Amino acid sequence: MTTTVPRPTTARPRVALRDRVLRLVELATTPLLPSDYLDLVDPLRSGADLRGRIEAVIPETRDAATIVIRPGRGWKGHRPGQYIRIGIDVDGVRQWRAYSLTSDLGRTDGCITVTVKAIPGGKVSNHLVHRTDPGTVLQLDQAAGEFCLPDQHPEKALFITAGSGITPVMGMLRNHPELTDVVLVHSAPTEDDVVFGAELRALAADGRIRLVEQHTDTAGMLDAPAIAALVPDLHERSTWACGPVGMLEALEAHWETVGVAERLYTERFRPAVLVTGEGGTVSFAKSGTTLEADGATPILDAAEDAGLLMPSGCRMGICFGCVLPLREGAVRDLRNGEITTAAPGDGVLIQTCVSAAAGACDIDH
Amino acid sequence: MTALQKKSENPIAHLTTEDIELIGKELDTIRQEIRDSLGEDDAKYIRKVIDVQRKLELGSRAALLVSMFPPAWVVGTVGLSVAKILENMEIGHNILHGQWDWMRDPKIHSTTWEWDMASPSEQWKHSHNELHHTYTNVIGKDNDLGYGIMRVDEDQRWHPLYLAQPVWNFLNACFFEYGIAAYDLELGKNLATKKRRNDPAFQAGVKAVLGKIRRQATKDYLIHPALSGPSFLPTLAANFTANVVRNLWSHSVIMCGHFPEGVETFERTSIDGETRGEWYVRQMLGSANISGSKAMHLMTGNLSHQVEHHLFPDLPSNRYAEIAPKVKDIFDRYGLTYHSAPLYKQVASAWHKVIRLSLPNGWMAETTPKNAPAQVIKLVRMTTGGKKVRRELSKAAA
Repeated sequence: MTTTVPRPTTARPRVALRDRVLRLVELATTPLLPSDYLDLVDPLRSGADLRGRIEAVIPETRDAATIVIRPGRGWKGHRPGQYIRIGIDVDGVRQWRAYSLTSDLGRTDGCITVTVKAIPGGKVSNHLVHRTDPGTVLQLDQAAGEFCLPDQHPEKALFITAGSGITPVMGMLRNHPELTDVVLVHSAPTEDDVVFGAELRALAADGRIRLVEQHTDTAGMLDAPAIAALVPDLHERSTWACGPVGMLEALEAHWETVGVAERLYTERFRPAVLVTGEGGTVSFAKSGTTLEADGATPILDAAEDAGLLMPSGCRMGICFGCVLPLREGAVRDLRNGEITTAAPGDGVLIQTCVSAAAGACDIDH
Repeated sequence: MTALQKKSENPIAHLTTEDIELIGKELDTIRQEIRDSLGEDDAKYIRKVIDVQRKLELGSRAALLVSMFPPAWVVGTVGLSVAKILENMEIGHNILHGQWDWMRDPKIHSTTWEWDMASPSEQWKHSHNELHHTYTNVIGKDNDLGYGIMRVDEDQRWHPLYLAQPVWNFLNACFFEYGIAAYDLELGKNLATKKRRNDPAFQAGVKAVLGKIRRQATKDYLIHPALSGPSFLPTLAANFTANVVRNLWSHSVIMCGHFPEGVETFERTSIDGETRGEWYVRQMLGSANISGSKAMHLMTGNLSHQVEHHLFPDLPSNRYAEIAPKVKDIFDRYGLTYHSAPLYKQVASAWHKVIRLSLPNGWMAETTPKNAPAQVIKLVRMTTGGKKVRRELSKAAA
């Protein structure tokens, strides 16, 4: 074959040909797909579900680490400040979490990084920081999130962060050297707990940013008015804030009071604290039904009592004929009291015949 | 296999209601211990089995590309047979049971898995997980007992047609996957009346099965042989052989689960208002194990631990071996019989039963070398004579 053969000018016939070839290969692999076999060889190849391989885990503080990930060929890139959802198997169970991207877009090795702070009792964060080895393959989603600088960069910026809230801001600072008038107010328990501490202090020493470090173990927490008081030209600055929900709510309230609410952008890592209890409101989005279920009634029974047509089987938890995705919420396994929770996007599959509501539930049915 | 309730000696007569509920609690505890200890090693196990199976299948099919060379044919056929057995037994059957759903991996999940067999997974899950596992060995509710197509119980009236039952059972074994597909469709029942035949749900089921069979057959009997070029026919023969080997093997394993002598069946009314403890006891009495090596357990998809599988159908199969001694201990303490024997014994026991029941009640037991001629004459008379002759002769025997 020679490379001088004229190529078809439109992309269309080539796509069709590729599809036809693929269909032919599928005939040879059914009931599996060709990708099931290709995944054995190269899980990061183009056309595969988006995955990444951990290249390195670099400690940042005693409880934070930067995870260097080589994304699969299908990775479409990101804007600084965005996050990615990562699916990782912890104790054999696939868990999904969102982490802010911290990498320099100009990395020559094509890798991306997220920086994770291990939170007490956090299943995934502790696993990533302390127990993950290079070579681990992760499931990834494309980057998402709107916590980014606008195309027209502000002349003056203020970043207010606490704890791991520094991560999306670090992503912006590393990739927007053109930002020269920056104030960063960052809170962490101690000096050693400041993630990227050395790098931030170097930026401050170079005069690129004005850094206000608040070490809360010794100096206590800054409230919103105190932060505002640190920045005399607050009205001229666009503000990006990322940290605990309480802090963000206080900032939003204060910025409202002083009349600059439209210049405040916030990022919440966890949308809401999940309250688990006995029973709750169960909503079925596709069927358009919402019902109140108590903590002792299987969701299957409650839904059927409400007239819903539900998939069902043995009704004793053995056949898995009743499994539906829990899009958000918490359920309790009536056999052993185990709680299963789902955050938006998780779609955890639950057995409705042995699961009762343990708080509000959104079920995909 | 007379129903337990009709037997003169009830094997659970010595158990009180409290005993049965205690058995249930003990089994619940075993289940919970395993659930709590599931983790990375288990996940690695199933991924490893899947990985090995896929590579074995790819390698075997690659060898069969040149199957006109006899060594390649032998290696490829053996490899493909093993791969197909692994795929159906340890992987497909167990994933479709939801044993690995706890991993939350959408690629290894009972709701997404499709397997290399004539029956689409959706239909099989209904007839197997819902019907067979819920109503295990309940006459009239659990079609796995084979009442529809065979004589499996002395209480079923004998008919000369049953003489062909061993042949029929062997043919069913060779083409077992199609038998299962027909069974999942409840073909006998659904073809019987026009109303059932025209039921859209039934017709959709038939369409799904035919589509699946077409894709399966295209793969094994057209695409892969065609890829082999001049080795077309040997590859076709190899794929056919691998399918038959897989069918014979899975049929044998499944016969061993509920068919050997000593396994109990239950009357339909006996499960009205059944408690969880009673359900457990029914599973204990209604299943039989196969003893053997680790490799044998793997190749049976751990259905060799049929008792444990029926007690805990959703626990990962790699854990049945460690549960087995605890389960056996419960059997021993409560005076129940834990059926377990090597594969050849269980297969022989099951086949013995098929043959015994193909003949009139008592015929095989009564026959000795001495009275053989007389017995044969009696059998011929029963076969050729009408209903009346059969009734008189069987009464005389009783």
